[in-house]
Amino acid sequence: MRYPAGTRVRVRTGDPDHHTRVPRYVRGHTGEVVAALGRWPVPDDSARGIVPPREETCYAVRFSAADLWGSGDHTVTVDLWESYLDQP
Amino acid sequence: MTSHDDHMHSSAAVRTRELEERLIAAGLTTDDEIDEFLTRLYASASPVNGARMAARAWTDPQYRELLLSDGNAAAAQAGFDGLNYQLRVVANTDQTHNVIVCTLCSCYPVSLLGPSPGWYKSFAYRSRTVREPRAVLAEFGLTLPESVQISIWDSTSEARYMVLPARPAGTDGLDADDLAALVTRNGLIGTALV
Repeated sequence: MRYPAGTRVRVRTGDPDHHTRVPRYVRGHTGEVVAALGRWPVPDDSARGIVPPREETCYAVRFSAADLWGSGDHTVTVDLWESYLDQP
Repeated sequence: MTSHDDHMHSSAAVRTRELEERLIAAGLTTDDEIDEFLTRLYASASPVNGARMAARAWTDPQYRELLLSDGNAAAAQAGFDGLNYQLRVVANTDQTHNVIVCTLCSCYPVSLLGPSPGWYKSFAYRSRTVREPRAVLAEFGLTLPESVQISIWDSTSEARYMVLPARPAGTDGLDADDLAALVTRNGLIGTALV
């Protein structure tokens, strides 16, 4: 596990032409890891029939609405695989 | 008309059947296997299951701790073992209100909450909940004080989220069965209080 809870991470901005589980609205945004969920196959690989798919830790990452949308006082937590993330 | 247009204009049932037929033709599943899976799932899937777990968490602090730290172990203790997802339960408090959504599709802990409501799968709910949750909740008749922090959980992975509602005031005399009867599906999604 590369990013313990509390780590600030930035979502990669790439827009792959295959299936991915990175919602567009968090791409390029920085959030905070709130939990590591476990190691699971990377859906980008599974969806393309890559055998075996990469297995990576998936993290629950919390973003502030103000960062995502420019307004709002709520937070949004999104589950993201390790290769979707960089350290800012 | 192109085949793409055909898809766009056919009903969900027709498209689903076409997908099933292609999977069967590819040797990936069979009609019997699909029927057996759906029968097994829907025979037991009900919000009564999640409600029982929530009520037990209100009356048993140790169970509450387990539910919030290891949802699958807590589900197993309540008789729901073998969930095919990681269950994560997030607790509402005086300061925090949680809401679950799946912006990419409609992920949802069906076995504990029952079949998901149509609105949960709608583009409006999926796109607006992450953007303007106070407005969405108001349309459900839920207006929270400004002091309450709203926390949205977007189910983009193999984890499935369930909200543990706050125990309503004035329920001290109720046992777990009575308490479970108060817990609604929307309460477990976060679009209502209990």
